[in-house]
Amino acid sequence: MADHAVSLERVSVTLPGADGPVLREVDLTVEEGELALVVGRTGSGKSTLLGAMCARVPHFTGGVLTGHVLLHGRDTRDHRPRDLADVVGVVGQDPAAGFVTDTVEEELAYGMEQLGLPGTTMRKRVEETLDLLGIAELRDAPLRDLSGGQQQRVAIGSVLTAHPRVLLLDEPTSALDPTGAEEVLATITRLVHDLAVTVVVAEHRVERVLHYADRVVHVARDGSVRSGTPAGLMVESDITSPVVELGRYAGWSPLPLSVRDARRAARDLRADLVGTLERSSPADRPAAGQRRRRGHVAPQGRLLSARGVVVRHPGDVVAVAGVDLDLFPSEVTAVMGRNGSGKSSLLWALQGSGTLSGGTVQVVPPATRASTPGTAGSGGAGGTASDTVEPRVLAAGERRALVGLVPQSAADLLYLDTVGAECHQADSESGRLPGTCADLLGEMAPGIVADQHPRDLSEGQKLALVLAVQLTADPPVLLLDEPTRGLDPTAKAALSRLLRGLAARGRSIVVSTHDVEFVAQCSDRVVVLAAGEVVADGPTADVITSSPAFAPQVSKVTGPGPWLTVADVRAALEGVPA
Amino acid sequence: MRSTLPRAVHPAAWWGWAIGMAVAVSTTTNPVLLLLALCVVALVVAARRGTSPWARAFRLYLWLGLAIVVARVVLHVLVGLKFGEIVVLRLPEVTLPSWAAGIQVGGTVYLEGLLAAALAGLRLAVMIACIGAANALANPKRLLRALPGALHEIGSAVVVSVSVAPQLAESVQRVLRARQLRGDTTRGLRAVPTVALPVLEDTLERSLLLAAAMDSRGYGRTDHVPGGHRLVTGAVTLGGLLASAVGIYGVLDATTPAAMGTPTLLAGLALSGLGLWLGGRHVPRTTYRPDPWRGAEWLTVGCGVVAAATLVTVSRTTPELLVMPLTPLAVPPLPMAPVVGLLVGALPAYLTPAPPRPAARAAHRGARDRVVVRG
Repeated sequence: MADHAVSLERVSVTLPGADGPVLREVDLTVEEGELALVVGRTGSGKSTLLGAMCARVPHFTGGVLTGHVLLHGRDTRDHRPRDLADVVGVVGQDPAAGFVTDTVEEELAYGMEQLGLPGTTMRKRVEETLDLLGIAELRDAPLRDLSGGQQQRVAIGSVLTAHPRVLLLDEPTSALDPTGAEEVLATITRLVHDLAVTVVVAEHRVERVLHYADRVVHVARDGSVRSGTPAGLMVESDITSPVVELGRYAGWSPLPLSVRDARRAARDLRADLVGTLERSSPADRPAAGQRRRRGHVAPQGRLLSARGVVVRHPGDVVAVAGVDLDLFPSEVTAVMGRNGSGKSSLLWALQGSGTLSGGTVQVVPPATRASTPGTAGSGGAGGTASDTVEPRVLAAGERRALVGLVPQSAADLLYLDTVGAECHQADSESGRLPGTCADLLGEMAPGIVADQHPRDLSEGQKLALVLAVQLTADPPVLLLDEPTRGLDPTAKAALSRLLRGLAARGRSIVVSTHDVEFVAQCSDRVVVLAAGEVVADGPTADVITSSPAFAPQVSKVTGPGPWLTVADVRAALEGVPA
Repeated sequence: MRSTLPRAVHPAAWWGWAIGMAVAVSTTTNPVLLLLALCVVALVVAARRGTSPWARAFRLYLWLGLAIVVARVVLHVLVGLKFGEIVVLRLPEVTLPSWAAGIQVGGTVYLEGLLAAALAGLRLAVMIACIGAANALANPKRLLRALPGALHEIGSAVVVSVSVAPQLAESVQRVLRARQLRGDTTRGLRAVPTVALPVLEDTLERSLLLAAAMDSRGYGRTDHVPGGHRLVTGAVTLGGLLASAVGIYGVLDATTPAAMGTPTLLAGLALSGLGLWLGGRHVPRTTYRPDPWRGAEWLTVGCGVVAAATLVTVSRTTPELLVMPLTPLAVPPLPMAPVVGLLVGALPAYLTPAPPRPAARAAHRGARDRVVVRG
């Protein structure tokens, strides 16, 4: 019995104030040295499952847990989280939130100090861990100055020094850019393979972890949990990766989990796809490339035109170093780039509320376009210079009627205690008819009750509410800063449909994101930023397939070709427009 | 060689030195000595402070000191009792009823009174600079790490609450910025609810995350303590505290019997120390790379003690050397012993090891937007 790393016996969890159990009669074992991937929709109880494994549920959260959770034979019933600190290490989604000290070295030692290890052991383990995670040069660095990937590695290191036999990771890569995520995942696989640490990881971005996993644990909405081999479980899981979806569509068996497997299975599929290209003439090619080029083939007058945008932050940091950007109607533009490449600063500068140290941002106000529909011809500057306005010089209320921005932590915009009150406030602050915002919200996310507290909404619903609030002002340009963070694939697909719908009605949408698959689904055009400069700007298919780091999985399997998503492949093969 | 390698001097040593300097300063109103002490403190701070944020806070203490001097002078002009012969400024005086004899609103301002007020302000300002120096030189977090085992949980709690303040400021800034996006630019009291709710929510959420993380990393682990043992520890600590309280009362009140004074206080302190030691024995916690207490620490504390002892001795024997002669007004004296005593206080700037300098690794280009994760 004590040989299982983690074992749950008929575990049910009911959290305080909840109507029904979050987890229902869960029987689950994870063997020593396994990498188990926990998947499930948002709010399905993934975090509760991890919490139960480290005794935070119910010791820290309250609620009722029936059944037994055993970690290497220790029952969480009689062991508080602190009594399990030498067996299980926990790393959360936001590494910075769990830091107790302020330098890397002290943080690595903190857990060992609490366990009362002798000084010489601590010195040795800190050095080992610094080398194991490849962060030796950061030894004295203040934790706040580290990049997201480095912070996450330090967080993992800080629990590793206590030599836990089980490591629980709750969405370790969700806040990271692709490179940072790779660093962290490489570290995790190294721990599993070299040290035989048991790792349980919950992750929305299944495609990042699936091919490393030995076991997949699926948490369903009703609280039931199934576990099995990745290939077996993915056949009917509601959370999948694009490769798995492609495999399901093409009917491959066994289901491929990595790009490599899929590429080997896809020889016939590729031939079919190339065949469709040859059959159709370039003009009526239904492939995805067509949709994605539209914005550039016929720009119908700019909505927003930025020239030489420079953003400096205090401390002589140049966040945006001279960016030229034009935004066109009916176009979804994705802004990509690593953490700290200046994406947020650029969006805030475009909106006019953030710092703009140099350059100009001109926006065509909606009234001008309505009164002179013909003047905004192709190639023109959207009317003469006198027609455009600089959002920066306007009052905040007028500014948001020109350019809307949904910030990174969208919930900052919400401060009233019901959804209905927020909608009402949005109507009155934008001077719209009462009910405008509520209608928009109902359209985007049906089923939100008006007297719900905004805090109780899921991440996707919160985002929809903030979007509705910002859309109430009816801005022709809408900017979204990392909206996909914390969304599960279903919510992401819904957001993608929503943004496409908004673009179809003539708006220009800009989305900053790390999520290549979302970009492949949603955007017409991709702008890549690095060190505050634009390094690539063009149609989605051209930009993201040109570098392996940015390419979506489907394109890696089917390439070279213009197919980015399973929907593209399906459209090409079945002749249905995407 | 080892004694000259760069390392951080024990924070308690800096506090000992700073308190010594402050005691020395408190005995004098001689402007020459006060300014000399200020120079000594500033020199040591400039030579031995680290690169941490609080090390840069020394300047704030200087500004605070300046504000105190100005406030003291302004108060003297407005409501102070004026005295002296050399007239500086003639102001009308408000006649007050006899029961308000200690206050003089307005009235002619004399140079002597003005100087006395300014020097009293300067003395307080220099004492505050001494405390500021201790804050700039000693890492408060490292000081808390040196707490006895029984108190380490309180130490951790203090560290965490200190780190909440900058986070709170960050959240407020973020929410204020976000509010602009809704076209809401109200300032002042009316903006409080719209800012406070998201900020409090954010802070609470972060605190809970941190608490959970600390719990999972073993914070608050204790060995099993037998009941009898716990009772003894409690009794000893409580007895010690009681005896200390009685002792302090005895020391301060001259009418109590002598046995209730210093002896009781010492016994109380000893008992309290014993209680802390007993309580700490069952905390399995250890300290990673504890700050050593070596020659440099003794030297630092010693310099502070010498400065304090010199000035206190001079003030007992020849107090006229330490005060500014006001009636009649004269040039302040420059006594040898106090000057040497204060200069000894500057020795740590040269004789202690230099603080370690971390390599610069700030990016010169690229945004500093921090990763904020919610939900």
